Order: sequence, then C-alpha cells, then structure tokens
Amino acid sequence: MEEIYAKFVSQKIRKTRWRPLPPGSLQTAETFATGSWDNEENYVSPWSIGDFGNLDSDGGFEGDHQLLCDIRHHGDVMDLPSFDQERIVTASSTGCVTVFLHRPNNQTLSVNQQWTTAHYHAGPGTPSYSSAPCAGVVCNNPEIVTVGEHGRINLFKADHKEATRTIDNADSNTFHAVTFLQTPEILTVNSTGQLKTLDFRQQGNELSHILSLTSDRVPLHCVDRHPNQQHVVATGGQDGILSIWDVRQGTMPVSLLKAREAEMWEVHFHPSNPDHLFTCSEDGSLWHWDASTDVPEKLSLFQQGGRSSTFLSQSISNQANVHQSVISSWLTTDPAKDRIEITGLLPSRSLSVNSLDVLDPCLVCGTDAEAIYVARYLFFIEIL
Amino acid sequence: MEELDGEPAVTVIPGVNSKKNQMCFDWGPGEMLVCETSFSKKEKSEMVPSCPFIYIIRKDVDVYSQILRKLFNESHGIFLGLQRIDEELTGKSRKSQLVRVSKNYRSVIRACMEEMHQVAIAAKDPASGRQFSSQVSILSAMELIWNLCEILFIEVAPAGHLLLHLLDWVRLHVCEVDSLSADVLGSENPSNHDSFWNLPGNTQTLTELELKWQHWHEECERYLQDSTFATNPHLESLLKIMLGDEAALLEQKELLSNWYHFLVTRLLYSNPIVKPIDLHYYAQSSLDLFLGGESSPEPLDNILLAAFEFDIHQVIKECSIALSNWWFVAHLTDLLDHCKLLQSHNLYFGSNMREFLLLEYASGLFAHPSLWQLGVDYFDYCPKLGRVSLELHMERIPLNTEQKALKVLRICEQRQMTEQVRSICKILAMKAVRNNRLGSALSWSIRAKDAAFATLVSDRFLRDYCERGCFSDLDLIDNLGPAMMLSDRLTFLGKYREFHRMYGEKRFADAASLLLSLMTSRIAPRSFWMTLLTDALPLLEQKQVIFSAEQTYELMRCLEDLTSRRPVRGESDIQQLQDEDIETTKVEMLRLALARNLARAIIREGSLEGS
Repeated sequence: MEEIYAKFVSQKIRKTRWRPLPPGSLQTAETFATGSWDNEENYVSPWSIGDFGNLDSDGGFEGDHQLLCDIRHHGDVMDLPSFDQERIVTASSTGCVTVFLHRPNNQTLSVNQQWTTAHYHAGPGTPSYSSAPCAGVVCNNPEIVTVGEHGRINLFKADHKEATRTIDNADSNTFHAVTFLQTPEILTVNSTGQLKTLDFRQQGNELSHILSLTSDRVPLHCVDRHPNQQHVVATGGQDGILSIWDVRQGTMPVSLLKAREAEMWEVHFHPSNPDHLFTCSEDGSLWHWDASTDVPEKLSLFQQGGRSSTFLSQSISNQANVHQSVISSWLTTDPAKDRIEITGLLPSRSLSVNSLDVLDPCLVCGTDAEAIYVARYLFFIEIL
Repeated sequence: MEELDGEPAVTVIPGVNSKKNQMCFDWGPGEMLVCETSFSKKEKSEMVPSCPFIYIIRKDVDVYSQILRKLFNESHGIFLGLQRIDEELTGKSRKSQLVRVSKNYRSVIRACMEEMHQVAIAAKDPASGRQFSSQVSILSAMELIWNLCEILFIEVAPAGHLLLHLLDWVRLHVCEVDSLSADVLGSENPSNHDSFWNLPGNTQTLTELELKWQHWHEECERYLQDSTFATNPHLESLLKIMLGDEAALLEQKELLSNWYHFLVTRLLYSNPIVKPIDLHYYAQSSLDLFLGGESSPEPLDNILLAAFEFDIHQVIKECSIALSNWWFVAHLTDLLDHCKLLQSHNLYFGSNMREFLLLEYASGLFAHPSLWQLGVDYFDYCPKLGRVSLELHMERIPLNTEQKALKVLRICEQRQMTEQVRSICKILAMKAVRNNRLGSALSWSIRAKDAAFATLVSDRFLRDYCERGCFSDLDLIDNLGPAMMLSDRLTFLGKYREFHRMYGEKRFADAASLLLSLMTSRIAPRSFWMTLLTDALPLLEQKQVIFSAEQTYELMRCLEDLTSRRPVRGESDIQQLQDEDIETTKVEMLRLALARNLARAIIREGSLEGS
C-alpha cells in the first residue's frame, strides 16, 4: 500500500517535478524540485525524500522529505521541467526563462543561463514595455521551447544567447501548456480549448492542425503525451473533463471522461505503465485513473467504498480503422463497457492541488494549502 | 473602550524628516500609507524638497513569519473539518469530536513551537534568536490557555476527573513538577495514594471517593497532631503539604514555578474532588498567596483567572488585547461557539463575537499576497457579513497571471458573485486590449457575458480589417460557436468572416444570400454598409447570375437608403471633395452593376418560367 507523507512548507507550490534518473539506472526516485508562486519572494527548491535504505527502529522509513537548498526566483514559477540530470529550466510570470544548475555534492543552486526578455507585450526598447508571463516550457536537450500567455513561441538552444526561432502571435488567445509530440514537433493547448501543432522543420509560422473540443471554448490547462505512442495525448480542461486525443486523425477527441467540476491542472501518464494516468484539480483532489484491462479480478467502480466519482463519459469516434496492433487501451476505452478505476489518493480535501509528477515508484504533488505530499510505493506496482 | 495602559510605541520612518515637514497617512485593510507632504511645519509656506517615497507600514508582522504560516495553513484544514461536523450529532459523540478538534489545534501549536525552538537555537545572531525565543514563549502561553479552556469548557470535566485533567495540564507545561510529585509519592503512605488514585476505570461514586479521602485526610491530621514525625522536620513538612497546608506549600516556592502549579498542588492535597464552580475561589487565593503582594499579575495570569471563573468573554477579550494577531481568539471562539457556549451577544455592528473575530482574522489574511486563499473559506462561514466582505476583497486581489485570475474567477463563480466575475473579466479584457491582444479580450468578455465590451472589441476587429484588408486572429473568429450570439456586433463579425470563407470556397450563392441577410437584418452597422456593397461588386460582375431579381431589388434599396441619408456638404476642402468623388464613383459603379445584374436576372428568371 502506499504511504503518503505530508509536509507544510510555507509557500504555495505551483510546480513539482522529479529529477530524472540516469537512463538504465536501477535507482529509484530520490530528488524532486518545487517552484512556488504568489509570494513576494518565490523560490525554486530541490528536496530529497528519505533514503530507501535507511530503516528506523520500527522498520519504517526515515520520514518525510527534506529541503536541500533553495534559490530566489523572480516572479511566479509557471513551469519547471528538467533539462538534464543537473539542470532545471523555469518559466516565470515576468516572462523570463532561466536555467538553474543544481550541484548535488555541495547542495547549491545557481543560475546557469537566463533569457530575461523571452516574453513581452511591447518591445524592450519601447516606452510601453511590459512583460508577459511565460506559460509553459518543454525541453529536449539541447532545445528549449517556451510558450507565452500572449501567444508567442520561442525556440532556444542552451548556451545560445538569442532565440533560434520566434513566432509571434501564434495564438490569438493565451497558451496554457506545451509538449513535444515527436522531437521537432510540438503540441500546444490554449484558453479556447484548441490543440495546435507546430513542426519546427517547416518554414512557415503558422500552427497547423487545429483540433478542438466542441464549440464550447472550454480552456484546456494541461497536456501530456503517451510515453510509447506519440500520437496519443491526454488533456485536462477547466470543466474537469479528461480528454484523450489521437492527433493523427480527426479534429475531435477520442474519449471524454468526466470526474468533477473543477479545473484539472495537470495530467500525467505513468512513464512505464501508461495504462495508468494521474490528474490533479482545483478542488483539491488527486486522482489515479486505471484503464488496464489485464487484471483478472477487476473491481467494479461501484463496489469499492471510498471512491467517489460521478463518472460519465462518451466515446466519440469509431476506432475500427486504427491498426489493431498498436492499440492503446485509452483509445479503445468504451467506458460504458470497460471499467476505468478511479482512486482518490489524498486523505482529505482542502485547497487546490496545483501540480503532480510521477516517477517509479513515487508520486509527488504540491498544493495551495502550502503542503507537499509524497506517496511511495504506488500500489499497483505490487500486482505487476 | 478601555484606556491605553501605556504610551503607544513610536516607529521612526527612515528618510522622512518629521520635524521639518508634516506627514500624511491613510489606512488600508492591514497597512498604512505614509508620506511626507510639502507643507512645512514652520510658519512660512515655502515648498521645501521632501522625501520622494511613499512608505507602506505593516502592523501585523506575524503573518509574514515562515513558521507561523504553517500554523495558519494547518489550522485552516482543522477549521474546515470542524465546520463540516454533522450538526445532527449530539451528546457524547459530538463532545468527543469537539475534544478531538481541540487537541488537533493544540498539536499544531506544539509542532509550530517545536520548530521555532529549533530555529531559535540555530539562529546565527542573538537578536533574531531572542525574537524567536519570545515567539516560542508566546506560543507556549497560547497552548497553555487553550489547554485550560479545553479542560474547563469543552471537555467539561466533572469533579474528580477535573483535578486529573488539571494535573496533566500542569505536568505538560511545567517540568519541575515531576520532581515534586516524585518527592511526595515516595512518602509515607504510598498504598493509600495508589488505591486512591485508581480513578480511571473504577466504579466508585463521587461520594465514596470523598469519604475515602476524608478518612485519609483525618488520618494524616491525626499523625500531625500526635507529633508522630516531630523528630524529622522534613517528614513533618511533607505531612503538612499532604494536608494541603498553604504555608508549607509556599515554603517550597522555588519548586513551584508559578501560581497555577501552586493551585493544582494545593487542590491535590486539600480538595481533590473540587467542583468546577468552586475553582475560582481557590484560583484567586492561590494567585494572591503566590504573588504575596510583591508583584502584580501579568496578562497571562488574568486570562487564566478569567478562565477559572468561567468567564469566557473575559478570556477572549483579554487574549485579544494581549496577542498580536487574531488567529488564537478567532479559532478558539469558533470552537467554543460550536460547543454552544457563547450567547449571541449583539455587538453594535450587528453580528456576534465569533463572526467579528473570524472577519478580522480573514481580513488580515487577505492583506497577505499569498494567504488570501485561506481567508476565502473563513468568510464562507460567517453567515451575516461574510459574503459581502468576500465580495469586496475578491475584487481587490492583484492579478498578474492568467492562472491566478482563473482561480479567483472560480472562487467567485462558485459563490454566484456575478458582479465580481464581470468586473474582474472586464479588468482583464481591458488589459488585453491595451496590450493589443484582441483575441484574449474577446474571450474575457465572452466569459463575463459582457455584451457591451464584446461589441467594443468586435468594432476594433472590424476597424483593423478595414485598415489592413484582412482579418487577424482567424483561429478565434472562425471558432466562435454559440458565443457569437453574445452581441450583435460579434455576430456580424463572425458572419462576415463566414462570408469571406464562403467566397474563398467559391460557394457564391451561399455567400450572396449571407451578404444580403447581413444588410437586411440590420446586424451590420451602417458604417459598414458601403464595404458590404463593395464586397457585393465582384459577385455582381460574375459571368453567372448570382443575385436573383428580388435580391437585386433589395440591394438597390439598401444603396438608396445609404445614399439618401448622407448630408449635403456645403463648403469643403480638397480632401473632402476627393473623398466625395471616390464615394460618388463607387456609388455609380454599384448602380451600374446592380442595373446590369437586374437585367440579366429578369431575363434568366423570365426564361425559366417560360420553358
């Protein structure tokens, strides 16, 4: 069973991300970084969870997560992806994009590189210069792609002072999040519920292939790509609806799953078990969605106590013409027939859970109640 | 109101020369603005250069302490849990729940104290170390008072159990008591002690206990009178202590750290089955005896005394004066209110004490850039003035990113505060217009269902189109959906764009009827009619006949309508004459095209009928 450790940290957490492990390593998750928001002084801080080897006298682990160090961050931390083993990139509400270097041996964080005018409304030389918040960042060493609230996309290369490519007015509304599909192609979501893709190999500055939900213009807040199938993405929106899309075909999502009526801030596929998905919402809930179909005694949604969900969904498009060999259980889910298990992971609900991240076998999330929760041994690992 | 006990503290503001110039100030919700004026204090009214800064002065430093923030956040969770306790619960189960809530609050205070203590020890400079230590003692006092209130008001321990709870209370807060009780317990009559204090789980009634104790007490008195222990002064004084002799107890004053320790020890030996209502008599006399006229009671002593007298209002009043922020009194009063202990005193502004304190606390939270989110829930549970206070505060939260704005809007929409939603969306829309983000501005006005602003933004779009000849933000306009119906101008914008799309797809017949309907249904603003008619020209010039005769008559009517309304100009300059020339040429071209189209249409329609 999972154990959940909570710690109050005196800052509202906007993003938490695990430090990636070296590929092929046998280690388990150890360090995560958090970025705060809405303070007069915001901080980026790496934390370490207890060493799994250390058992205290009752055989339990050493306890909760410890702060390693921190560094002041100008503006709210809007996004916090890891660039590589040692570097973290942050997007700020002041429009600045910063690369921080974390040295584990002497536990310090320092600024490695900074692009201070990555996002602005009017140019830096003009009298009416005003910065615009940078809404999302995504990295693929050595490239960094940032999207701003004012519709601009930047492509940076680490260690280069100027942006490699800038696309202004890529969106008439505000970008909310960005992710890579295949490496030179990105996918963005915006505040009118549209998904747009952009291939950097192409010369044009137009975003192509607009997909959208119904014409209700419900903002989409987060997007995550399926770890194995690069054409499958999941998005979460303002009305709490989780949508699964196949970007190769159609302009409508494949399935819609509704949990609760509150903004879904983040959605993550489990990196090694993509039949499992995690979401967190404004109403303080953190959900684990299990669409795996190979568990023999699959519990029905209505049997388990403590799983509160009003669960209605519609399957929109016909999947008959998709190659059966690379089917994803998310795409074929007909929720009326198959059962998706939804579990709430947090013990009590209070303020919004803003961010979560999953790295085997742990999960970390941060809330507006200034608390960080770390869950170890996500339970389904024991089944597999 | 009470008079001030002492002189108010003076705060010197750096850079402001208060001797030379007069200062001015204004109060905010939790802060004060101060600046220097140019009015000199001397008689001459010359303008002297003054300090150019405006200072913000904050009174409530506690809200900014890192460690105390954890207290605020954790207690917020406990507060919410308390409000949601089922109102139906009565009797024992309710009481045990309330006691659990009280213990939760106390454990949060203790955790905070612990952490602050660690920080105080580790502090690098002595000044901050002292500050942390004093904060620790304040927290300790808070926990002391809360614990006593829990025993007397929430647990409502009856006689017998009361003293046990008080013993625990003192033991928790005073370290030295252990040595004293060890002393006493190791004395002559351990067996009597053990059997007597076998209270938990025993089935004796109060009278049986009282009898037993009386019996034991008389035995001790007999020992004293018989001078059994006269040879050993230590044992004799021990005996006196066990009899509850105050003088003997006071001799051990160094071991008793304070008067309430003295009180409980005294009760232990003189009246262990004390009833709650008798407590205050013992408390007052213990305080007097302990202080012995040397020192006067401190605020903490007065608070505890008021608690022993079961005067809840006095306790809260004294705590409000003594403590620097509203956290303690707000949460304690709310808990006591749930125990139904506070009569609703109608204070002069109409709400009761609990609500007043919660409102003050929540307003303090809103003055903080980050903790305002906690304040929202506190306002929710203030039935009379909570909603209106929340409305005022929500409008004033600074919004620098869209995500924060979305959270604020979510809070307002959940509570049906439509006015606030509209005003916030309008602020965001104006910001977007100023930054030339028309698409964003339109989205905000759609969300607020603000037809007037949507019209304004649509006008901007149309003006941009006229200037540039093409639309911007196609991804927005093409996907308006049902939101198009919000305002006429917006509908026109959407439909006009649709016309252009149809034309691009060569669906001329559809495009033509759409164009006509835009004019005849009066959705199009008059200023745009010329543009629309000019758009119709290429359709009129096509090889095939697109507009039917009926439609052509309609177009002609619109054209006449337009031209007849134009005012006749008298003297005008060259530019205006040139413009007029262009206008006249256009109109003539249109008339010609319409006439030709009419001719062809009539012929075509006539032929069809004939065949």
